[in-house]
Amino acid sequence: MSYVAHDESVFVRPAEVGEMELYHPKTFIGKYIWSQDAKVIGVQYSITAIAVGLVALVLSGIMRLQLGFPHVFSFINPSNYLQFVTMHGMIMVVYLLTALFLGGFGNYLIPLMVGARDMVFPYVNMISYWVYLFAVLLLMASFFVPGGSTGAGWTLYPPQAILDGTPGANWGIILMLVSLAFFIIGFTMGGLNYVVTVLQARTRGMTMMRLPLTVWGIFMATILALLAFPALFVSAIMMALDQMLGTSFFMPALISKGQHLDYNGGSPVLFQHLFWFFGHPEVYIVALPAFGIVSDLISVHARKNIFGYRMMVWAILAIGGLSFIVWAHHMYVSGMNPYFGFFFATTTLIIAVPTALKVYNWVLTLWRGDIRFNVPMLFAIGFIFTFINGGLTGLFLGNVTVDLPLSDTMFVVAHFHMVMAVSPILVIFGAIYHWYPKVTGRMLDDTMGKFHFWVTFLGTYAIYYPMHYLGFLGVPRRYYAVTGTDFIPESAQSLNAGITVATLVVGSVQLLFLFNLVWSYFRGRPSGDNPWGATTLEWQTPHTPPKHGNFGAELPVVYRWAYDYSVPGAEKDFIPQNQPPARTAEDAVDATS
Amino acid sequence: MTIILLVVVPIMAAVVWWLLRQTMNVRPWTEQRPGDALPGDGVLSLPPVTIGLGVFLAVATSLFALLISAYNMRMEAADWTTLAVPKGLWVTTGVLVLSSIAMQWTRSAAIRGRIDRVRMGLIAGGVLAFGFLAGQLLVWQQLHASSHFVTSNPANAFFYLLTAVHGLHLLGGLWVWGKTTAKLFRGAAVGRVRLSVELCTVYWHYLLLVWLALFALLLSTPPRQNACTPDAVAICGSPR
Repeated sequence: MSYVAHDESVFVRPAEVGEMELYHPKTFIGKYIWSQDAKVIGVQYSITAIAVGLVALVLSGIMRLQLGFPHVFSFINPSNYLQFVTMHGMIMVVYLLTALFLGGFGNYLIPLMVGARDMVFPYVNMISYWVYLFAVLLLMASFFVPGGSTGAGWTLYPPQAILDGTPGANWGIILMLVSLAFFIIGFTMGGLNYVVTVLQARTRGMTMMRLPLTVWGIFMATILALLAFPALFVSAIMMALDQMLGTSFFMPALISKGQHLDYNGGSPVLFQHLFWFFGHPEVYIVALPAFGIVSDLISVHARKNIFGYRMMVWAILAIGGLSFIVWAHHMYVSGMNPYFGFFFATTTLIIAVPTALKVYNWVLTLWRGDIRFNVPMLFAIGFIFTFINGGLTGLFLGNVTVDLPLSDTMFVVAHFHMVMAVSPILVIFGAIYHWYPKVTGRMLDDTMGKFHFWVTFLGTYAIYYPMHYLGFLGVPRRYYAVTGTDFIPESAQSLNAGITVATLVVGSVQLLFLFNLVWSYFRGRPSGDNPWGATTLEWQTPHTPPKHGNFGAELPVVYRWAYDYSVPGAEKDFIPQNQPPARTAEDAVDATS
Repeated sequence: MTIILLVVVPIMAAVVWWLLRQTMNVRPWTEQRPGDALPGDGVLSLPPVTIGLGVFLAVATSLFALLISAYNMRMEAADWTTLAVPKGLWVTTGVLVLSSIAMQWTRSAAIRGRIDRVRMGLIAGGVLAFGFLAGQLLVWQQLHASSHFVTSNPANAFFYLLTAVHGLHLLGGLWVWGKTTAKLFRGAAVGRVRLSVELCTVYWHYLLLVWLALFALLLSTPPRQNACTPDAVAICGSPR
């Protein structure tokens, strides 16, 4: 069988969607500050998210200093300890993970991966970033207002969140609520873009089933976020009204310091329902993009097609659908009808099925693959381990009877950090090592990267594994100090000290990562257009980094899925999505006759 | 939380169902064969803005459904005194219906390319919408004058909250309406504003539906008097 050069005109239909009019900035400010280019917006989102994430990282270090070496550091007192806990949690979940996955990776990758010149509403997209930045600044401002930031815990449960005695019950909580409301408004603008771009701006040949799983993950996560964030919005607005105007949406009748407060009859459980109706999908808003990205990292660096692509898509759909009917498993201890508990425990356990399916498929993709232990691959494999660990403890906590004694202990802290903090962050690191060459044109330094991986990966185990044992002992979470409790042995304190040391090590190695980001930008090895030999469209751009408009004069045409690695008989071990199929001599004869 | 589930579950089911259909009868691993037509790029042959509006309406629906859910849950508490629905709301509802009718009329004029009618219809629709908002404010004022303060009862608080959120959504629509009208009066051809007019009309109808749902909710709330008399403060909490 001999191959001949093919003739595209035979089967390429003209584009149905006309070329979009691009906005052409003329000044530096128009290009990099008030930019409407999704790539620049993506980088802006990422830098802001990482910067605010660093603040949260420092806060966690301070918390650990207190827990590991109580009463040594005089600048930590019970009330600012609670503020650090709260701000660490909220920043990490919402302002870092959500913003980085959807705002950062979403903006950078969606248009490139689907073969579009830009997002469909570039102007709205730009506003989305500036609203997000405003939300971040409001949140940061809350550190400096009278009373400081809120110390209500990241779940912000009323009534304590707005009662005197909780740190930051005046200005702190108001700024937090207003900041969240702005975050949601900004996100909604971005989210509209991500969804409509995936639906409407795909290039010719890019069917939904040829999309890379990264896009599927971000797409589904955006849909979840668009429907779930209003719940946080509603609860934020209603709590702000309770605080500022004195309404009683959530506030029951209370006696505080011997005084009847003006509140009456409100329902704190109503807040919990609204909060977790957002809060549980939020877990998947963070996890689904991570699932998608890790699928692509594993496939590229194992030089093998993803195992069960369709099944992976179905699993994403199933997880997305189920994520709306499990929220009350966060509220077992709030008291509920046992049948509800049974229902929510059941749905929680069912959601483990599609999730486990994905894990099996990642492992099967690695099976007999031509694995390259590049830094992104290390992080991807680290993710699989961590995610399995965190997921298994989720099966414990999903059961009502097991959850009751473990609730509000360090076991819960260990569980959710493994499953929705460390796992996604490992994917984020992997993704940054993977796509940095496309964004800057230079490779990140490999030695520093490997060092960063091993310290981070092993270090997080040193931090969170022992916490499970602390939880079994009954060590409560969010406590400034545990004193005078007979059931907690002295040795728990040594364990806590050990965890703190590990935290400081892991925390400081992140500085090396930041140094690597900056150093490689100037001194890194030039990467070329496609250093990993990947098939997806972002690696096939005529320029690296891609210019405004992404693809030069002509948009690419897609002829295959994103996973043609190590195809038997092919020239190279990957076939880019936009490489036309070779035509056999017989085809050519057919066409001419 | 039943209400929000009744709304979100069908939306998610529709989304998942539509996406699932994309995955059926395809073999993603096969490459394009020479001679086969490439699958089209526009899966939904609608302009992006239309899809964008559709997605936004889903978000807004989730928001309003959550508010209604919260209303229903809060209603159960003992301190709830149902607000007698102000008569003025019947008038404002009528104005909003008229506004929607005017927009619908404008839409058909835009499709037929009748620029004079489009101008007239747009103005009518917008003025009526502003009229509705003014009416709502008037109702607020009357309530306030009759000592129905936002803090005096959760039913009042919800009334102010629901009407405010609905009104803000309408204001957002009026901003787009303003841009469209300005464009038209600066001499844009009907074809250039047709899509905006159509989308405004959809949005107007949507907000009318939401308002009717909210109004029905207020009307159907069973009347109940706060059980807390001054003598029962110890059980019910503090007096106002």
